[in-house]
Amino acid sequence: MAVLRVENVKKYFGKLAAVDGVNIETREGELFALLGSSGSGKTTLMRMIAGLEQPSEGDILINGRSVVGVSPQHRNVAMVFQSYALYPHMSVRDNILFPLKSRNVPKEQWEQKVQWAISILGIEALLDRRPTKLSGGEKQRVALARALVRDPELFLFDEPLSALDAQVRNIARAELRDLQKRTGITTVYVTHDQVEALGLADRLAVMSKGRISQVGTPQEMYESPANLFVASFIGNPPMNLITRGERVMGIRPEHLMLQRNKPADVTGVTLSLRILLVEFMGSEYLVYGCEEGSEHQRQIVVRVEHSGGTVPGQGDVMEFFASKQDVKYFDKSSGNRLP
Amino acid sequence: MMNDNTVKPVHFVDQDRRLGWAMLSPAVIYIVGFIGVPFVLAILLSFSNATVGNPRITDLVGFANYVSLLHQPIFMTALKNSILITFLTLGILLVLATILSELLAIEFRYKKIFQTLLILPWAMPVSLAAIAWLWLLDSQFSPIDWMLTQIGILGPGGLLGPVRHLYYLGRDMLAIASVVTVNVWRLLPLATVIVLAGRLSIPQDRFDQAKIDGAGFFRILFRITIPALMPVLTVAMLFTALVVFGDMTTVALLTRGGPGHASQILPYWAFLQGIQGGDLAGGAAVALFMLPILLVVAILALRIAYRSQEA
Amino acid sequence: MNKSLRNFGFYGALLLFTLFAVFPALWGVITVFKKSADLYTPTADPFLYHPGPTLSHLTYLFTSTSFMTFAMNSIIIGVCVVAITLLLSVPAAYALARLSGSWGERSGMALFLVYLIPPTLLFLPMYQVVTFLGLADSIWGLVVVYPTITVPFCTWLLLGFFKSVPDDLDEAAMIDGCSRFGAFLRIALPLALPGIGACVVFAFSLQLSDYIYAATFITSTSAMPISVGVPTQLVRGDVFFWQSLMAADVIVAIPLALGYGLLFDKLVSGFQSAGTSARNA
Repeated sequence: MAVLRVENVKKYFGKLAAVDGVNIETREGELFALLGSSGSGKTTLMRMIAGLEQPSEGDILINGRSVVGVSPQHRNVAMVFQSYALYPHMSVRDNILFPLKSRNVPKEQWEQKVQWAISILGIEALLDRRPTKLSGGEKQRVALARALVRDPELFLFDEPLSALDAQVRNIARAELRDLQKRTGITTVYVTHDQVEALGLADRLAVMSKGRISQVGTPQEMYESPANLFVASFIGNPPMNLITRGERVMGIRPEHLMLQRNKPADVTGVTLSLRILLVEFMGSEYLVYGCEEGSEHQRQIVVRVEHSGGTVPGQGDVMEFFASKQDVKYFDKSSGNRLP
Repeated sequence: MMNDNTVKPVHFVDQDRRLGWAMLSPAVIYIVGFIGVPFVLAILLSFSNATVGNPRITDLVGFANYVSLLHQPIFMTALKNSILITFLTLGILLVLATILSELLAIEFRYKKIFQTLLILPWAMPVSLAAIAWLWLLDSQFSPIDWMLTQIGILGPGGLLGPVRHLYYLGRDMLAIASVVTVNVWRLLPLATVIVLAGRLSIPQDRFDQAKIDGAGFFRILFRITIPALMPVLTVAMLFTALVVFGDMTTVALLTRGGPGHASQILPYWAFLQGIQGGDLAGGAAVALFMLPILLVVAILALRIAYRSQEA
Repeated sequence: MNKSLRNFGFYGALLLFTLFAVFPALWGVITVFKKSADLYTPTADPFLYHPGPTLSHLTYLFTSTSFMTFAMNSIIIGVCVVAITLLLSVPAAYALARLSGSWGERSGMALFLVYLIPPTLLFLPMYQVVTFLGLADSIWGLVVVYPTITVPFCTWLLLGFFKSVPDDLDEAAMIDGCSRFGAFLRIALPLALPGIGACVVFAFSLQLSDYIYAATFITSTSAMPISVGVPTQLVRGDVFFWQSLMAADVIVAIPLALGYGLLFDKLVSGFQSAGTSARNA
């Protein structure tokens, strides 16, 4: 049974539709990401699932129960905020105990539940500290422990990694993934960072202007974007989008190769680029260029492996090739993918 | 708990709203009851001819009370003085509070001791403070006079001499100056606390940037600090103006409105008319005269505060 | 400007301000111990004692006047008024900060407008209201009326404080299983304690300073608070018992100054919180 079902939910603020008809069905135990930029409606949607906002239309069901009109207090949902929202006037231990106290969990069970939560997250040493004395990573773990300790039906994460330093973020991301898999709790994860979404999610939905553009696994989203928005949103550096008449051609930077490296018997597209800039990224070069002879000065990015061989220089004009299967076509006006 | 999809019980939002009203209503009811009701009564009183002997609001005489006020010279003096004293107090407070908050924005040794000493005027109840100053400015025994005599400003051969005493409370202009001084004295701690709070809220970056750009102390003060303090200063001054304008304790105990009625102010005149003169209606009319002035001041101040916020 | 000149200017200015603040109390303290013969000799140096100091006026204050009664009244009134103020202001401020949507946020300024109606305007009809309630000439009349002075200000101050507590915390508490009111009690309230402390100081000092209501409502000595009692008992017509008056002044001012002085920084940060949220409104 789907743990979470969102049925045609809309949310209006005045005349503005922050969420404009969203349908979601999660699978048990999966990590479902909501990916979008600010204003896409992802946070509003999450807040409606948590119960902090009420939908203007539509229904939300958790484990088959409609929760519209039910206060957060009575939903069995746990949430980790972007700011972690740790109670500054309580110790870490009291922070973790708080949900148990509030929900009138019998006192005998406290010790066992707390032990389990803190051992999973490895924060035994922090129990007597105050939140103000914790590092970003430590705060995140405490927030997770507090969410876990209640054994909720659904986990909600609101950009939980954005407050961390870049170095810590990668590790934290892996640990979060591991934690989710171990506990098996269905999770909805909101983020604007598509690297995060691709790395963490079992399935993800890309949102824009209150609507879902596409739902699928990370592989599906990356390899078969349904429209221009998804195509340009996912992938870093983003997919190159080149207008050809009524159609837009989409080629990922890693699918372009130097013309001379083109394998025989493969058909595809050739681009003639004037090189504007070459960035050395360690494992590869990022080559920025624009189409020779075209009026559009749109930059095109190519990933070139750093494996010896000559590297294009600034100002050179070179030819690049992409094979047919790696080129996606989109309709220029509607943005939708053409088969 | 299955709900019909077409009926949305949204009772959670309602609960919040109901709680909000429940938490707000005691204060609202109290204010409406204890300020609203007397306020309406005061207005009615001013339109009546109630006296202490006959305190009923039976006959309404329209604006007669107000009109007669405009013909009373003492009332006009009181009106003028109220505005004058408030302006002077605020002007001086503005300058002094800004300077003092600059000093207190810095950390220095024994700061706590200074803070305790500086807050003393606020710790003294107004009536007791007025009496303390009454003694300090006494026409015969003021130590200030004595000190001025010692250094040759008063007394035979003195700069302001040859008298040995300045009658701080016995001469028109000096009496008003004394009232202003006492007001400034007792309100400086509060004004400073408010301005200091605003001062500390200015991000340090701005000062750092100005120093890097080469600004000296005074330039920083006038170009950075004061503009940033505008909203705070306005609110502080508005609040202080309301307090000073409506206060009668200082004048009542210090000068009794004297000499004659040279330092008479609206609230004290209202008090004298109503309680000692027995004319409840007249007293109420005098008191209510304060309202439009305060309203104008409030609106002006808020507009200045919001305009400087947009800047 | 070189360093020592700057220091000199700094401490010089500071000293001037401090002297200005303290001088009346200093003069008051000296006066307390002066024999009347000494005090009323205009040519003598007022800062020295000739003949020597005396405690007689100090004892007079305690034995021959109702000063202790006045002090007791003021304390009782103060405690009650502070309690009532908190009971009314704290929930009201929370409701305005969290539960009232956009108009609640802008109500901060509206609270100020209540102060457009000063006690000197209301005292006459207020006297009628208090008499109607049967509380005239009793400290309870004042207890009932003083919150009109304290509640609007304290609500404004606390409004700022509650707004400075992030929404997340309330929301996390509700998700963790509290009702909205539970979140208020367990999370918002403890975090607003500094603001509540500032309110206690303000409310106490505001009610202590009132003169007009006390002067209008109270005629019996036994019910007078300090602000009215001291002038009434120690001023007979044109005769002022200066030494005892100053003793009363100083005895009241010094403990309060110590108390407020210790809380000075909390007071400032209380205003800072209120100010920040007003700016963001």
